[in-house]
Amino acid sequence: MPEARTISADKPFSWKAFFLQWEWMLLVLFILVQVANSQLSSYYFNFDKPGDSAMKLIDATMTFLDKAFIALPMAFVIIMGEIDISVGSTVALSAVLMGVSNKAGLPMPAAMCLCLAVGTGCGLLNGVILTRFKELAPMIVTLSTMIIYRGIALIILEDQSVGKFPLWFEFLGWEYVGPSPFMLLAFLVCALIYGVVLHKTTFGRQLYAIGSNRTASYFSGVPVDRIRIAVYTLIGLMSGVTALFLTSRMGSTRPNVAQGYELDVIAMVVLGGVSTSGGKGRMIGVAISVFTVGYLRYGLGLRNVSAQVLMIIVGLLLIFAVMVPNLRQMAAEWMANRKRAV
Amino acid sequence: MSASEGYAKTRDSGETLFARIGKFREVGLFVFIILVMLFTQWKNSNFFTFENIDDLLANASILGILALGMMLVIIARGIDLSIGATLALSGMLAALTIAEHPTLSPWIAVLLGTAIGVVCGAFVGVTVSVFGVLPIIASLGMMYVFRALTYLVSGRRWVSAYQMSDAFKDMATGRWFGIRHYIFIALAFYVAFYYFTNHTRTGRRIYAVGSSPESAAISGIRTRWITWLVYVVMGAISGFCGVLWVAKFASAQGDTASGYEMNVIAACVLGGVNINGGSGKVGGVLLGTLLLGTLNNALPMINMSVFWQNAIQGAIILFAIIVNTLVKRNVDRSNLIRRPI
Repeated sequence: MPEARTISADKPFSWKAFFLQWEWMLLVLFILVQVANSQLSSYYFNFDKPGDSAMKLIDATMTFLDKAFIALPMAFVIIMGEIDISVGSTVALSAVLMGVSNKAGLPMPAAMCLCLAVGTGCGLLNGVILTRFKELAPMIVTLSTMIIYRGIALIILEDQSVGKFPLWFEFLGWEYVGPSPFMLLAFLVCALIYGVVLHKTTFGRQLYAIGSNRTASYFSGVPVDRIRIAVYTLIGLMSGVTALFLTSRMGSTRPNVAQGYELDVIAMVVLGGVSTSGGKGRMIGVAISVFTVGYLRYGLGLRNVSAQVLMIIVGLLLIFAVMVPNLRQMAAEWMANRKRAV
Repeated sequence: MSASEGYAKTRDSGETLFARIGKFREVGLFVFIILVMLFTQWKNSNFFTFENIDDLLANASILGILALGMMLVIIARGIDLSIGATLALSGMLAALTIAEHPTLSPWIAVLLGTAIGVVCGAFVGVTVSVFGVLPIIASLGMMYVFRALTYLVSGRRWVSAYQMSDAFKDMATGRWFGIRHYIFIALAFYVAFYYFTNHTRTGRRIYAVGSSPESAAISGIRTRWITWLVYVVMGAISGFCGVLWVAKFASAQGDTASGYEMNVIAACVLGGVNINGGSGKVGGVLLGTLLLGTLNNALPMINMSVFWQNAIQGAIILFAIIVNTLVKRNVDRSNLIRRPI
């Protein structure tokens, strides 16, 4: 792994290492995306009316931020060296239950609470199974709960959809607080909270410890089980939040909403520099990557580049993001070998 | 798994019930499948008919062949999420070729599909083995790429039944000795894989790499080559199955087999393939496939609404993996007890 990522207190500060961090690469990528977009489409950024265009860019965040809420706790999960692929189904189940209960006469605020509660419950169940049966890989357990949660949503609603939510519910997805969309504000606040929790609290440090070596952390007194349950519950809760925003924006919901969200979210987190082998990654990277991928999709969409080309770009970007540190290491090894040979 | 009988017996021999089942894990799974079948037969007397069993097996055959490839990948500590997309891409290209040249022999289409699968698998394999990208990420990224390519080459159109030659569709509907082609093909794959995993050096090396990559490397196994190989085999199999899939459903679409990788992984896990690598048997995978195939066939037969099938399948997978852990825990415990100190 690159030197820049090691976390140690007595390391001498070097500008080179500082700027070689993945977050800077992401920032460059983000700026590249913006430049490319504004060059490709005159609708993206109109230099004659910079104020209006900037507003439009801020508005655009509403098109991709719904799933970004899951990316924050997903970063926690991946930093722990685990994975949760049931989030898309959790979104579907909580959205469906909210819709059905609202239709059955439950007042909307209560239905929204139910939505969050269902999400939390789904996450908690994952956490409990995973801590009761530690041998089981998170991938497998969440794979089966993924099938189960969406299955339950299908049982409840079959092939119907529910809608007819009160008008104020749309506030969540469409309205503004001052100049910023409510969703953007909510995301930034959440990202800030998650960042502080990850980087400034004992809980956050313990996540890194678990990700680096779960057994060692357990024997040094980290409450591994409790933390794992907490993190899975958290990701369930945030899936509930995503369900709220998604439903609010779509105005109705079906059992097959949010299909494939898990992979999109994992892609965002990994692109943000969180290592899937655990113990590495930062919240700022995740936040930047959310916006990079989001604007990439939005801009190329304006340009009418087909969604398919977009998928290729995102896929290659994902692999590239993970490959870069490895390539650097391989290059270093190769150089070392050459030196030895000489 | 009749609990009371087993318990009485185990007491005598001084072993726990779980330990005994653990030795015959496959038997447990087999008994479970038989129970599901008997239950279905009791509810609907059409289950044990030649027609239906033939249907069941033919439908399960593609899943079963894919599960064999996935077993190798998982044994080598990997996972391949891109197979649904590989399958779609090769199926689409084969279908387009058939639509262009209706006189072409279907076996050329099969060869073409397999070749495309090999290329796809080689790409995934190189990113994993040479560049050291984690399998889940590498195959996820490639999944996006292959899926997008499928849409691009087809121009987002479908290739439908009327565009395919009869000879091509006959691959799926045709029979030898009254039994569908696909069942024979699957059977051949199982025999070949049984031999490959148990009686060839390369096959055994896959297990070695999976149980401990470090010791495998030290004992002279080219771990990178083996890792690459399993993804290529997986790719070849998905390419092959892509053509079978398209011939069977007589349509190739952009979203063919989307999400099917999860079914394949589920079949492996049900069959006792250890997701952390190093262990897994062909027989187990066969039973895992048969269980999923039986459920797919049986649930509609007992008038279970299609909307219930997902939840039931998921619950059974979860149940099976949890029982499996409990069994394994008890086996480990009784092994500890038996060891002389």
